[in-house]
This record gives sequence, structure tokens and C-alpha cells, in this order.
Amino acid sequence: MTRSFLATHPSVLIFLLILSLFTIGVTILSEAYGTAFISTSFVKTLGKTLCLCLVALAMDLIWGYAGILSLGHMAFFALGGYMIGMWLMYARTEEIVLSALANEVLPPTTEEVTNGIAAQIFGVVGASELPPIWGFAHSLPLQLLLVIAVPGLLALAFGWLAFRSRVTGVYLSILTQAGTLALALWLFQNDSGLRGNNGLSGLQNIPGLAHVPQAELSIWFFWASAAALGLTYVALAWLVSGKFGSVIRAIRDDEARVRFLGYSVEGYKLFLFTLTAMIAAIAGALYYPQAGIINPAELAPIASIYLAVWVAIGGRGRLYGAVIGAAFVSLLSSWFTGGRAPSIDLGFYTINWVDWWLVLLGLSFVLVTLFAPKGIGGLIDLAAHLRAPDRKGAALGPDDSALREKEARE
Amino acid sequence: MTTLLEVSGISVSFDGFRAINNLSFTIGPAELRAIIGPNGAGKTTFMDIITGKTRPDRGTVRWGPMADSLLSKSEAEIARAGIGRKFQRPTVFEDQTVAENLMMALKANRNPFAVLFWRPKPADHARVAALATEVGLADHLARKSGELSHGQKQWLEIGMLLAQEPKLLLVDEPAAGMTLAEREHTTRLLVDLARTRAVVVVEHDMDFVRRLNCKVTVLHEGSVLAEGSLDHVTKNPAVIDVYLGR
Ligand SMILES: Nc1ncnc2c1ncn2[C@@H]1O[C@H](COP(=O)(O)OP(=O)(O)OP(=O)(O)O)[C@@H](O)[C@H]1O
Ligand SMILES: [Mg+2]
Repeated sequence: MTRSFLATHPSVLIFLLILSLFTIGVTILSEAYGTAFISTSFVKTLGKTLCLCLVALAMDLIWGYAGILSLGHMAFFALGGYMIGMWLMYARTEEIVLSALANEVLPPTTEEVTNGIAAQIFGVVGASELPPIWGFAHSLPLQLLLVIAVPGLLALAFGWLAFRSRVTGVYLSILTQAGTLALALWLFQNDSGLRGNNGLSGLQNIPGLAHVPQAELSIWFFWASAAALGLTYVALAWLVSGKFGSVIRAIRDDEARVRFLGYSVEGYKLFLFTLTAMIAAIAGALYYPQAGIINPAELAPIASIYLAVWVAIGGRGRLYGAVIGAAFVSLLSSWFTGGRAPSIDLGFYTINWVDWWLVLLGLSFVLVTLFAPKGIGGLIDLAAHLRAPDRKGAALGPDDSALREKEARE
Repeated sequence: MTTLLEVSGISVSFDGFRAINNLSFTIGPAELRAIIGPNGAGKTTFMDIITGKTRPDRGTVRWGPMADSLLSKSEAEIARAGIGRKFQRPTVFEDQTVAENLMMALKANRNPFAVLFWRPKPADHARVAALATEVGLADHLARKSGELSHGQKQWLEIGMLLAQEPKLLLVDEPAAGMTLAEREHTTRLLVDLARTRAVVVVEHDMDFVRRLNCKVTVLHEGSVLAEGSLDHVTKNPAVIDVYLGR
């Protein structure tokens, strides 16, 4: 069955092929396993980009396929990062505390160790006790479970409340933004138990792997990110190819009609919202060890809006579009904002890209929405000779989120 | 005679306007019924209430041998209980193929987890093909339904309704946009279906209703004006008034 699935969906094979070639290429050019043509910090940038592609896949599933414009998925991404960050920081601090106490005459008691860890981690916020939410931080398996459980349960609770009252469209988007903001503000507080605005840091140091140089670690994380992206891509392509995919696209275009077929629209939305929140969390858990630091600013509402912009620029409702959009825009963004883009001297005014990049991004978003609603994916349609159906300007369904004529392919 | 659906004393107002006024209606498990009435009589609203789209201000809707109340159920639950609906304006999923539309409507477990792992078996493909043949769309299975003509969309929607295998079919103006031959086909289909299940047809076209050859309910200003055979109701002075008096 899987074989026939790949055979009938050549785009999945092409995607996996390109991803593998890219991974091999980067490995060959890396410092750790190759010619050192690519710096370790750039390997990290590429690995992080793969994680952003992964969260974009989740966004495309929920928005591109099911029409739910959630503007809160980067909060789940950050929560995933926080959950893995707690273990990274705890276990690493434990190592430091243990080696400091090793010189004492008496072997340290468990309490001394825990207090030492707490003082180390929470000294910055003036506390010296481990908050209860760190109860699982000593255990990697438990904390890995929390990576999907915490965002998953949060999404389940939020989604249940929102979908049950049939909140849709723009109201749902606003609600997700408000939720994101509330979570960020809570995290900013010192007594949230997650070090307030200091966030969690030193996440690039993997406990137990102190002897492994960052050059190697960065490639390992790059591989893990590529594997997660590839696996998720195949799983989601399979998910949208069957009747489930049909139902969620139908919900996007005309959810009232889907109800009369006997499908519980709210149940499907809740399922998708929770599933995509967990995918976003996994992406975040892979991203932040490569970034090294996470703080509440990562939950800024604007981050989730960028996510939607990436998917729109890549072309929504096609998985590869989300990947292309996220990779293209985020790499371009780090090039422009990293100060590497040459400033343009107009004589009377110098365009400094660090300041003007956002304006450029906003402008391209508007232009894409108006003139190329299929995004970058439209170029692929051109190559494959697909064209939009002639519907005389009508969208493909009555709902706000329905595909517009120009987005549809034949 | 046993009843499948019993609607009694329902009323609904939109911003003070009484669209349905103390309406009662019953239908048996294998019965064909036509509902006629002038524009704005409340025919579509009546279907909206049965299918859970609109909640009545007053009255009860009871369903099946256990006389379950439908008023506390969601649209999806009502559909799963066995009430299928064809809309006045054909509504199919235009971005999807005829086959996908039919496959979605096919009677099966509607739970998200079940649907996720559901893959069509040869029997399901055969059923979709048979339905498509029945509604004359066998050659169009792979086409996006958005490309179909108005009449073909009507047929596709009828096919989707059949695929659901409902116990009660509510059909709102099925013949609009159809040719004479297609109308005759529709009539035959509906009469045939009513042998095994209940069918309620809303229609303006009197010739169409005559060919259905069934009991007729006349709605006017949200309540039942007359009920009986077509000849019987068309002789009713109140009905003549409503149809000719304006
Ligand atoms: N959601 C609504 N809000 C306000 N008024 C409504 C609503 N739905 C229906 N109405 C009004 O209720 C009345 C009955 O409408 P309904 O659509 O049921 O009539 P109908 O018998 O189906 O007419 P037609 O033959 O034109 O289809 C109309 O006057 C209509 O304007
Ligand atoms: Mg009507």
C-alpha cells in the first residue's frame, strides 16, 4: 500500500530525493565530516531552516488544507523548545554541580545537588528553589513526552473551547493571537518558573556530550531535522491523499455542507489543531538546541503571522509550497537582517536592509496575494502545465477560507 | 401506520418575522411526499429545522421508532441518524472530483480516526462507479465537480444523497435547471427510492408534482394550508386563493 502511495504521488519521491541530496551535500561540505566549506554556524542556520520548514508543513495542513487560519502555531513551536530546553538546562547544570561538589570530602546528598542546580538555574531571577513544573526535568524521556503533551493538551483545550462555539475565520485568528500574547506575557514574568525574560540558555551544550565538538553536534541536529521533515512530509502527504484529505478540504471550502454529510466538523478541526500543534512542538524541540537560547520574545504574536506569510508566499494547500516558502523567506530574511545584504545608496537616502527588509517582505506578501495567489508553487504549476479552472472569478466554496479561483489547479 | 418523522407545533421567527408558524407534519418510513407552496412559504426553513441548521422557538421534532428528539442533536448527528438533504442551490465540493465527492458521501464511519485510516476497497470503487452511472456521470468521475453544468451538479448532489443511504431524503427543488428528459428520470428515481425509504420533495413545478403521484402538503406563511392528493388540494379554495390571488 505504501509502495503504491509513493508511486501515485511522485511529488513525495521528488521531495525526498531533493531533501536527501541536500542533506548529503551539506554533510560533505561541513567542517565535521567534509571539506569545511560550510561553517558550523551556517550548518546550524540550515538545520534551523529545516525546522521552520517543518512547522510550515503544520501551518499548511491547518490553513492551506483545512482553512483554519491559526495565528498561534509559533507559540506551540516555542513551547516545544521550552520543554526540551528544561531538560537540557537541568541535566547540563547537574553535570556542573556534580563536578563542583566532587572535591568535597563527603559525597553530596541528593538534596545538595538539587539545591545546587536550583541555585544555578534560578539565581538570575532571585529564586533558589526548583518550581514544581520542573518536576520532570531530570528525565529525558519524561521531558520528551512533555514536548508533545504540553502543546498538545493546550491546543486540545483551546481548540475545544473555540471550535465548540463555532468560532471561525477572522475571529479565530484573533483569538489565537490573543492566546499567544497571553502565553508570552505569562512567560515574561519571573515567577512563571521559566526564568522570565532570561529564558533558557546554553541549550547548544548537550548533556553527556561535552566531548563532542559543536561542529559534529550541529551536523547531528541537521540530520535529525532533515529526518523529521522527511518523515512528516510523507505522513502528511499520505494523510491529505485519502478521504481525510477530502474531508478537510471540503471543510475549508464549505463547512456547513460537510456537516450535512454527517461529518462532525468541530471534531475534525480539533483533531487537526492538536496534531499540527504537536508537529510544531517537535519542530521547536529540534530548533532551539540549534539556536542555543529561547526566551519569551520567541512567542511574539508576529512570529505566527510570519509563519502564515511563508506558507502564502510558498503557495497554500500544497505541502511542498510550505517548505519552499519557509526555506526561501527565512533564509532570505537572515541574509537581509544579518547585515550581509549590501546597502543601496540612493544619494539622498541609503537603504539599509536591516531596517527595510520587513517592508520588502510585507510588500511582497501583498503582491503575491494580489497577483500570484498560488505563490512560488504557481511556478511549478506553470512548468507542469497546470492551469486555474475558468470559474469567472468565483471562489470554490462559500466560506471565507475557500480556495480562490486563482489558487485552484486543474 | 408507523411514523418515521413527527414534527409538531414548531414555530420560528427571524427578527420578529414568523417564517414557520405552528407547523405539524408526519411521514412514514416508506412514503413519498411533495411539499408545494409559494415563494417564502417556509419550505426551505422547514428543512433547515429538521436537519438541525435552524433551531425552532417552539415545538418538537421526533425521529425513528424510539421517537428521539432531534432538537438536541447537531447537524452531523442528524445526518448520521439517517436524514439526507439536497439543497435548493446545488452544493457540491467544487475543488474536488466527482469521485471524491461521492466517496466522501459514501455511508461509512465518520469518526476522524476511522476516516484517517480508511482507504477505498474495490467494493467502494464499484459502488461509486454504480452511483455515477445511476446519475449519468459515469464518464465524469475524474473531473473536478466545479466544471460540471448546473444540471450535472444537481445530479451529483442526488448521487451523494444516495451514497449516504439515508432513511429520509429531503429534496429541495431537484428539477431546477434540468431538461425535460432529466426531469422524467428524476421523477422515476424518486418514486423508486420511496419504495424503501421516506422522501420529501419540495417543488414548484406542478407537472413534476403530478408525475410523482403522491400525497401533497401545501405550505403557506409557515403553516400547512391543505394536505391530500394533488387534485384534492388544487380544488381547495384557500389554495387557489394563495396561488392565484396574488
Ligand atoms: N436566516 C433567515 N433570516 C431571516 N429571514 C429568513 C431566514 N431564512 C428564511 N427567512 C425568511 O423566511 C421566509 C421563508 O423562507 P424559505 O426560504 O423557507 O421559503 P421557501 O418556501 O423555501 O421559498 P422558495 O420557494 O423561494 O425557496 C422568507 O420570507 C425568508 O425571507
Ligand atoms: Mg426554498
